[in-house]
Amino acid sequence: MSILVDKNTRLLVQGITGKSGASHTKLCMEYGTHVVAGVTPGRGGEVFEGKVPVFDTSHEARQQTGCNATMIFVPPAGAADSILEAVDAGIELVICITEGIPVLDMMKVKAAMAKSKSRLIGPNCPGIITPGACKIGIMPGYIHKEGKVGVVSRSGTLTYEAVWQLSSRGHGQSTCVGIGGDPINGTSHLDVVKMFNDDPGTEAFIMIGEIGGTAEEEAAEWIGKNCKKPVAAFIAGATAPPGRRMGHAGAIVSGGKGTAQGKIEAIQAAGIEVASTPADMADALIRRMAR
Amino acid sequence: MNIHEYQAKELLDLFGVANSPGGVASTPEEAEKIATSLNTQDLVIKAQVHAGGRGKGTFKNGFKGGVHLCKTPAEIRDTAAKMLGETLVTHQTGEEGRVVRKVLVAQSVEIEKELYFAILIDRAISAPIIVASTEGGVDIEAVAEHTPEKIFHLPVDPLIGLQPYQARKLAKMLGIPTALLKNAATLFENLYKLFIARDCSMVEVNPLVITKDNQVLALDAKFNFDDNALFRHPDVQAYRDIEEEDPREVEASKHSLSYIGLDGNIACLVNGAGLAMATMDIIKHHGGEPANFLDVGGGASEQQVTEAFKILVADSRVKAILVNIFGGIMKCDVIAQGIINAVKAVNLPVPLVVRLEGTNVDAGRKLLSESGLKLTAATDISDAAQKVVAAAA
Repeated sequence: MSILVDKNTRLLVQGITGKSGASHTKLCMEYGTHVVAGVTPGRGGEVFEGKVPVFDTSHEARQQTGCNATMIFVPPAGAADSILEAVDAGIELVICITEGIPVLDMMKVKAAMAKSKSRLIGPNCPGIITPGACKIGIMPGYIHKEGKVGVVSRSGTLTYEAVWQLSSRGHGQSTCVGIGGDPINGTSHLDVVKMFNDDPGTEAFIMIGEIGGTAEEEAAEWIGKNCKKPVAAFIAGATAPPGRRMGHAGAIVSGGKGTAQGKIEAIQAAGIEVASTPADMADALIRRMAR
Repeated sequence: MNIHEYQAKELLDLFGVANSPGGVASTPEEAEKIATSLNTQDLVIKAQVHAGGRGKGTFKNGFKGGVHLCKTPAEIRDTAAKMLGETLVTHQTGEEGRVVRKVLVAQSVEIEKELYFAILIDRAISAPIIVASTEGGVDIEAVAEHTPEKIFHLPVDPLIGLQPYQARKLAKMLGIPTALLKNAATLFENLYKLFIARDCSMVEVNPLVITKDNQVLALDAKFNFDDNALFRHPDVQAYRDIEEEDPREVEASKHSLSYIGLDGNIACLVNGAGLAMATMDIIKHHGGEPANFLDVGGGASEQQVTEAFKILVADSRVKAILVNIFGGIMKCDVIAQGIINAVKAVNLPVPLVVRLEGTNVDAGRKLLSESGLKLTAATDISDAAQKVVAAAA
């Protein structure tokens, strides 16, 4: 079992003919993901890698292939439009990898999606993987292992770090979700935490956060009240100077809010095991599972 | 990105946001000319640097204060001569101070009441929010802490924008007299238009003032812009003043590297923002101090890695370097080759600790070990941090 994606996921790739879109689509196909369609406006009728039909619009892709998830590699200036196009086509799961989308664009997308049934993951994220079943995104497939530990994170490479630690200690993963490093994103830590809590295939999970915003605190509070599964967490950015944007647009501490210390306190108060360093993420979960 | 006060004033003027009349000068003569054209005895001159605390600052030539009230154009000229080309030290500039290249000359107004008005993005509700207060001209964080009831929050629907009734409601909340209600509402609406049109992440007017002669003015405005949206605002990009930035960061930005200079002595080169922050954290956990945040990104080229390495090596404070890579998109052999090229080009003055994991890790490790470079290999992130802290000590 898993959340969000599995063997039945039929993937569309928006921006399939671009440089990174093409190379990552190939890697996803090699992993075993069912890529059923691509979209690049003006390139409809082409065939990608000899087997994936390319369409001009997501609407056509949906009608002709029944795709139920999409991976977006469109450059920042057009990415918000691509998300809305996928939502309009009725695609259930929209995963936006693109980094660098203007905040005001995402604000409008989020407001426009309020009444839709589609779920957005990202933007500025590594994607989602259910090991052994479906990889959507840019994560290296081979570090993952099938198993029962969930991972949710705002950071790509920090997720790989956690997954690597888990896999090398014999703990496979149910699903790993990168929710993205932007201040406004489609799916929050809390959304994914609730899904892990409900998923019979997930026995424990790791939540990785970073400075900025209050999403980690909200998730922690919910876990404290409702979650019976073992949880470990790590918060990056304890040493970041206030007011500076640390790479991720969302990673900024302002007005004393969103500090690592405040987040760690909220997490501890919820009975979650805190990883003292990024090297301690898997071990923290193992400690918590033994408790 | 930060901009100068005179640039903020240009933006306010462009969007019809009422503020005090004035202009910017690079020479004492220009300053005098602006003062003459203002045709008033109430003048103010302000040194233009990206730092707060200018009024209480001191120039290295001994002249006190980066903000002065003057009565005549001649006085403005003399004051400008003492500021221009001189170095101003304030509590925010550090000991080295900042060279003043421009001064703002404006009409000084008699203030009846000081208020506070800001627009920012509230990530919790994914919408712009207006924060306003009857207490202006002071530290707003202190107001929020001691008298939170004096701060008003007004969320704006991002799809329909700030509505006129909301602007009037705000003006009333701030106690603006009926005679000035429409002027204040127009100022708020125009400021919101500016916020959206230029992709700001924050506009802060402190103080917003009611003058003794019954005007509502944005007396001082600070802007922050969304870096992700700069591509569609060439006019805002043109406001960038690289003289005001950390030279290490300027060099990094030329090569599209995400770099932030810090005060420690352990340089780090990492891929991914989260891992880069976490690497700084673990260095500190083991008793070291990071010299920088550096994310080479997901798709860095050999050339970018080489340039990144040069920036780290050029920093004289750096006593050791840690490379921490978890290759996803980033391939470990590309990183390895970039390091090898950089070390060939610049010589390695300090110890280097390398931790590679992920895509093409074996090829990367092989390249490094065959290169003959003097480096310490680390097995994981904890081992890497301990080794680099020991090397820098």
